[in-house]
This record gives sequence, C-alpha cells and structure tokens, in this order.
Amino acid sequence: MIFEEIRDRAIREWEGLRNSGRPLILIGTATCGRAAGAMEVLERIERELGERGIDADVVQVGCMGHCYAEPLIAIAKPGYPPILYGYVTQGTASQLIENFILGDDPCLEFALGALEENELIPTIFDMPRFRYERRILLERCGFIDPQNIDHYIANGGYSALVKALEMTSDEVIEGVRRSGLRGRGGAGFPTGEKFGICREAEGEPKYLICNGDEGDPGAFMDRAILESDPQSVIEGMTIAAYAVGALHGYIYVRAEYPLAVERVRFALRQAEGLGLLGQDILGSGFSFGIELVRGSGAFVCGEETALIASIEGGRGVPHPRPPFPATSGLWGKPTLINNVKTLSIIPHIISKGADWYSSIGTEKSKGTAVFALAGKVINTGLAEVPMGTTLRDIIYGVGGGIPGGKRFKAVQIGGPSGGFLPESMPDIPVDFDSLTEAGVMMGSGGMVILDEDNCMVEAARYLLDFTQRESCGKCTMCRLGTKQMLNILEDITNGEGRLEDLGLLMELAQDVRDGSLCGLGRTAPNPVLTSLSYFRDEYEAHIIEKRCPALVCEKLISYYILPERCERSCDACVGSCSVEAIYAGKGGVKVIDQEKCVKCGICLDSCPPQYSAIVKLSPLSLVPPEEKKPEKSEEGDG
Amino acid sequence: MSKVTLTIDGIQIEAQKGEKVLWAALEGGIYIPSLCAVRGLEPPFAACRLCFVEIEGRGIVTSCTETVADGMVVYTNTPRVKRLRRTAFELLLSHHDTDCSSCPGHGNCELQRIASRLGLKLRQNRFRPVPISYPIDSSHPLITYDPNRCILCGKCVWVCNERGSGVLNFAFRGIDTVVTTFFGLPLADSGCNSCLECAAVCPVGAIALKRDVRPPRS
Ligand SMILES: Cc1cc2nc3c(=O)[nH]c(=O)nc-3n(C[C@H](O)[C@H](O)[C@H](O)COP(=O)(O)O)c2cc1C
Repeated sequence: MIFEEIRDRAIREWEGLRNSGRPLILIGTATCGRAAGAMEVLERIERELGERGIDADVVQVGCMGHCYAEPLIAIAKPGYPPILYGYVTQGTASQLIENFILGDDPCLEFALGALEENELIPTIFDMPRFRYERRILLERCGFIDPQNIDHYIANGGYSALVKALEMTSDEVIEGVRRSGLRGRGGAGFPTGEKFGICREAEGEPKYLICNGDEGDPGAFMDRAILESDPQSVIEGMTIAAYAVGALHGYIYVRAEYPLAVERVRFALRQAEGLGLLGQDILGSGFSFGIELVRGSGAFVCGEETALIASIEGGRGVPHPRPPFPATSGLWGKPTLINNVKTLSIIPHIISKGADWYSSIGTEKSKGTAVFALAGKVINTGLAEVPMGTTLRDIIYGVGGGIPGGKRFKAVQIGGPSGGFLPESMPDIPVDFDSLTEAGVMMGSGGMVILDEDNCMVEAARYLLDFTQRESCGKCTMCRLGTKQMLNILEDITNGEGRLEDLGLLMELAQDVRDGSLCGLGRTAPNPVLTSLSYFRDEYEAHIIEKRCPALVCEKLISYYILPERCERSCDACVGSCSVEAIYAGKGGVKVIDQEKCVKCGICLDSCPPQYSAIVKLSPLSLVPPEEKKPEKSEEGDG
Repeated sequence: MSKVTLTIDGIQIEAQKGEKVLWAALEGGIYIPSLCAVRGLEPPFAACRLCFVEIEGRGIVTSCTETVADGMVVYTNTPRVKRLRRTAFELLLSHHDTDCSSCPGHGNCELQRIASRLGLKLRQNRFRPVPISYPIDSSHPLITYDPNRCILCGKCVWVCNERGSGVLNFAFRGIDTVVTTFFGLPLADSGCNSCLECAAVCPVGAIALKRDVRPPRS
C-alpha cells in the first residue's frame, strides 16, 4: 500500500470518530489513570451505556500529564465543545451520563476545562500552567488511542518517515545534528554526533536500541510516552535506523511496566501490518525490524553497557568505555542507543525542520524538557517546558506551588543521583549546562519537590540507600564506597554522627564520584555532595545539637503533649496508642511515656485539630522532665 | 607491530601500539598496583580501581583501560592518584577477613604486596569493617574457597570460563556480590574439572590449593 492511501484511510477513520454525530468519551487508562481507578470508571461507563442503550463511542487514551486529577475523561458531545473532567469517580461518571450525555447539563462543576476554544467555558490551555508549557513530545498523549495506529497517522504520524526515506541518510543525520538535539537519557550527548559516529563505525550488522528502562524512582516520562503514543517511538527508531544503517532494533522496556510492554507489542504489530516496519518499508528498499525486550529490573540496567550485556543474556553489569556502543555495542557491533524521548522527538525534527527545533530552548540545550513532577507539589504529573525555563516557573507556574502553604525547600532533580537544588536558586534556568554548573544533573527528567517537612540528611540517606542497593557490585568504589557513605549517613540520622565524619563523607563522596567504573557510582554521591554544600547546617544540627530541624529523623524527635492545649477530658490519643504509652497525668492532662513511645506518630493525627496539642520536638532534651507516673503518685498519696 | 613512545613518571617507555598503559608501565619497570587486570582481555574488567594514573590532557583514569599513544605523558604518583587508590584499597580491606595469619594466601598475597610497595596499612581504620561471614567451602579434594577473603577481582570466573569447566560465576549484587557456583552448590558437586587454574590466578587467599597439592602447570 502506498502511504497516501494509508493516510487517507486513517484520516477517514479519525474524522469518522470525531464527526460521527454520537457522543465520544475518551478515558485515560495509562498507568496513572489505572492507579486512580480508571478501569472501574471505564467499566461503569460501558455498563451504563449498555444498560441504557446509549449509542456512544468510548475510546481509551493515554496520559495527558494531569496525573494529579486522574481519572480523567473527556466528553465530546455534538453541539458542545469537548470537555475534560478530572477526579472522576464511578458516581461522577454516572452523573455525566445521566445529565450530560442523556440530558444537556455539561456538569461544569466537574470540568477542568474545554479542549477546544469555545464560547461556553475556558479551555484547559487557559490554565496558568500552559503559559509555561510547550507540548511537542506530549502533544498527542491522552488525545489519541495508543492502540490505534490510524489515530497516530491521522495526526501527522509517519509522514516524517516518508520524508526521511526520500532523503539520504547523511541528510537525516545532518538535520538531527543541526537541530542541536541532545540525548534525553541523562548525559545530554549530542544526538546527531552519535548518529554520525555509529553511521561511520565499521562492522555489520548495526543495531539500534531504544532505552526504556527508566529505573529512577519517581520518574514516569518514558512510561507515559510508551503507553500513550508508542508509534512515535517506533517511527523515531525507524528513522534513526535508516540514518545509521541499522537493520535490527530493540525496545528495552522495564519489566515493571507491563502496560507499556503490552501497548508497545501491539503497536509493533500494527506498524508491521501496514508495512511501516519490517521488510522493504513502504517500498523504499529499506528494511528494519524491532523486537521488544523486557528489562531485568535493575536500575543499573539503564546504563547502556549493562543494558547491552543484559540483552546478550549476561549479567546486567557495566563495562568500561571506550569502546562506546556506537562503535562496539551489542554483540560487539556498532549500536545506536538512545532514550525514548530522544527517539520520539526525531519525527518532529524531520517534519518541521532543524531550524524550527533549534529555535526552542537555550543556546546549548535545544527543544523541550519533559519532567515528571512528584513530591510536594500541587500538580503532580508530566510537564513539558522549553529548555531554560526557570525552576520557579516549573514548580509554581506549572506545578501550582507547594501544597498546604508550606515552604519550598529543595528539588531533587535528575533521578536518585541527580542531586538537590536549594530554595535559594529558584531562578536557575533548567537546562543541561546550568544544572551541571550547579552540581546537579538533568538526568532523564525526574523532579521531586521537597518542602520544609523534608529532612535533607534523611533525603540524602534515602537516595544513597537506593543507589547502594542498586550498585551492581562489580567495582570497589561503588560497591563499598556507597556502603561506607550510607553507614555515615545512618549514623547522622540516628544521632550518632561525629563532626569529623563530615570530612570523611565528603572525601569518600569525591572519590566514589571520580573513581567508579560507571555512571551509577560516578553520580551516586551527588545527593550527598549537593546537600552538604547547600544544607550543611542541617547536617551540623543533627551532629552537634542532636536536632533534626525538619522533625523527621525518628531517633532525634519526641512526641510531646502540650499541657496547656490538652483538652483533658478527651482521650483520643490514649485510645490511638498501640503501645499504651499515653496516660492521664495531673488534672487529666495526657502525658506520653517517652520510654514506651515507639514514635509511630498516630497520636499526633488522632488529636482533634481544634486542640492540636501534640507536637514533635527535637532535640529530645526539649521534652520537660516527665511528671510522676500515676501509680507512683497514688502510692505517695496513700 | 608498530611501536609508540610515551613518558611515564618522566621515563620514556616504548610500547606496542594498542597496548594498555598498565602493561606498558609494568614492562618498563614502573609499578602500578592492580588486582583484576588480565593482559589482553577486552574489554578490561576494570573493577578493582587500584591502577589509577593521571594522564596529561585526560585527567585521572584507570591504566588498565587506557590505550597508549605516542607522546602520552603519564604520572603514577600524583596526590590525586594516591588518594584514589588508597581509598579503593582501604575499601577492599573494610570488607575482607584480615586475619592474615590464618590465611592460606599469607606471604603470597597481592594485597600484602601492594601494601608493602605503596606503604599502605593492611589494618586500615578509616572505614568501619563491613561484616562478612560466608561459610568456607572445603568440599573439593584439592582446593578451598573462602568467600570472606575474596576481593571480587573476577579472575577465577574468567579463567574458569576460558580454560576450566565454567562452573564459577558472580551472583547477587551490590554488597552481596559473591563468586559462587551454579545454585551455590559445593565445589565438589559443581561439575568442576579440577584444572586448578582458579587457585593459580587468585591474587589473594580466597581460592587456594589444599596443603600437599601440587600447583598446576604455571
Ligand atoms: C545508572 C544509570 C542508569 C541509567 N538509566 C537510564 C534509563 O533508564 N534510561 C535512559 O534512557 N538512559 C539511562 N542511562 C543513560 C544511558 O547509559 C545512555 O546514556 C542513554 O540511554 C543514551 O541515550 P541518549 O543519548 O538518548 O541520552 C543510565 C545511565 C546510568 C549510569
């Protein structure tokens, strides 16, 4: 089939769905939606439509990035603009069917906004966040059915491949080079240059690998793209393969992403079915096949040499570079390995041109950056902003700020080994080089926001505990250096740290950074190095005063009932305590027996908000000496 | 094969093109410590992190992974080099049974040799000992394997797969990484063909010949 026919058919199908005269319901069933109950909502919608004999189309779509408001559904009813609803429950879904699909009340109280300009209600693009966002990679995510290749094609998909196949491979590489695209897997290596090296490398056959391991806790950008727009990754891979001369490709998806695995598998079959993948693609003479490989569940398997070892069936353990995979990778052959986002932007660059792409972003970091916002931020979810957007605009503009009126403290950027940026640097432009200069790294797009209730020492300990456990164990520096660093951090959070430990911690962090074999060890110290340089006072408070300023480290805090706030006749806290550490003291004021208390914190939540009598204190010495226990005082009285 | 000339610690050294700096130095009589390097193995294992050197224009690198080049200027004893290899060395000892007197490798141990050549202490106290207490495998008639002495250089794994019966490999990860047999079977039941090459390459006393066993051909 020639591409025009494929495209025309796809457009007919897409337009048919949009202009069918029937109501169209889109429901986000990516992992984020499912976690919030989207499958139950879907079931309810389908059941009610069936029971009431309503003729409507229901289409499952991917993630729109508004993960905080999942489950999301969009309803396009003839005569109304398409409207997006958030926080949808089974109950709201019923109401929408009853009142909007059957009746004509669009239930605007549940709406986040319209999806198109209209007279009736503001669009979601009028939300403040869209002043900062620019959606290119995420443009189709949540708006098309990821399991229907026609939706992709009708929205511009695969025309870049057609265009690329009419170019020479050198022209494709030159275009990518001129666009200024840098790899989105973490290091920001210039993609065009990598293409060129792989193209020139000797050895046949060449391989291409799409790195979808995404092992960083708190990151879900690649998952969202694989689940919501898998064809864009396949098209990008095929163009890249054409450019470097690879005949066989692998998509390496972490096994913990079963839905992504399923959707990519399905998407591969659809692309093959239309001749967009496989032998003699679109009659061009170019052949390229893709195989899906499920990852082996280790963070280090995202590192390219370990990933290759794992595809070869070996231990997922890195080896020294050079040789870089581009010259000697899978089975010793030249192998192009790129991140999901790097590959899925390629079709846009080919379609719209290198100049268009390089007009977005900063001088040295072109294009947009996709972030997974998580932690203490109102709008958790995905955000896509031009490179160079300030931290402030991302956190407050896109993310909506910190919930509960709390104070922003730091952001952990670039995954478990990216490092922390302090609240004092809100205007730092978020791009590869500015971040590196600040001692952190872009990573692949995880951004976890911390507020005043987070302890920086504990945060560093937590991340080091992760990298320490994820160390493959091969090289001395990482295997044992991270362990020794963790020992010191545990001492400090346990109130057993010594001031001289900080010197050793710093020394070790530098040596592990400079002396490890692979990127895991080389970056694992970043959280320690950045927290030591930006939050040294917190370390010192733990060590010198035995005080945890954020009131987090269990060994350094005590729960205390303020006598003047305690209501006396209420005994909610007494009942909540599972170790019977709370008793009524003089005049009925409740008292916590510090020796019995296991610091579970349940009493704090149980104390009615109008009293708020229970507080956390640090250091332990702030707790006034305990009054006499009732038994003893009774004895004395008697 | 063509030759290149490089300078190591001020001394001009000739080396085969394609050779790694580590071997060029050792051949030229300049000492660089290492535990895991196997000449000719590609890619190098590069795990022990002891063979650091500083190369002009390149910075700190492991010499086992760096290929010689004409005019290359290498230093093996800069403060940075010394600091990194001391840290790596002491880290290794922090997770190692350092009761040398009871070790079959005593007197013929690379750790001891490195310590005496570089003036490092075998009883380091910078790092807290990381507990290690694996059972010793004495099931094999000819060799013993004591994982508590193993420094994970990987030489036995390499040689067992290269020349032996391929029964040794790494298992687990991070701090729990060990060299072991399939399913952790005792060596005697592992399918080992007793080539004894592992004992010959072990730089420490982890895999050692039992007393009265004659070493294999070099
Ligand atoms: C410990 C570690 C984990 C990594 N995990 C990933 C990952 O999950 N996804 C990814 O694309 N790159 C990851 N990388 C980076 C890859 O090694 C590699 O640089 C990247 O896939 C290259 O693609 P790019 O040029 O498109 O950035 C990781 C690197 C390290 C050191």
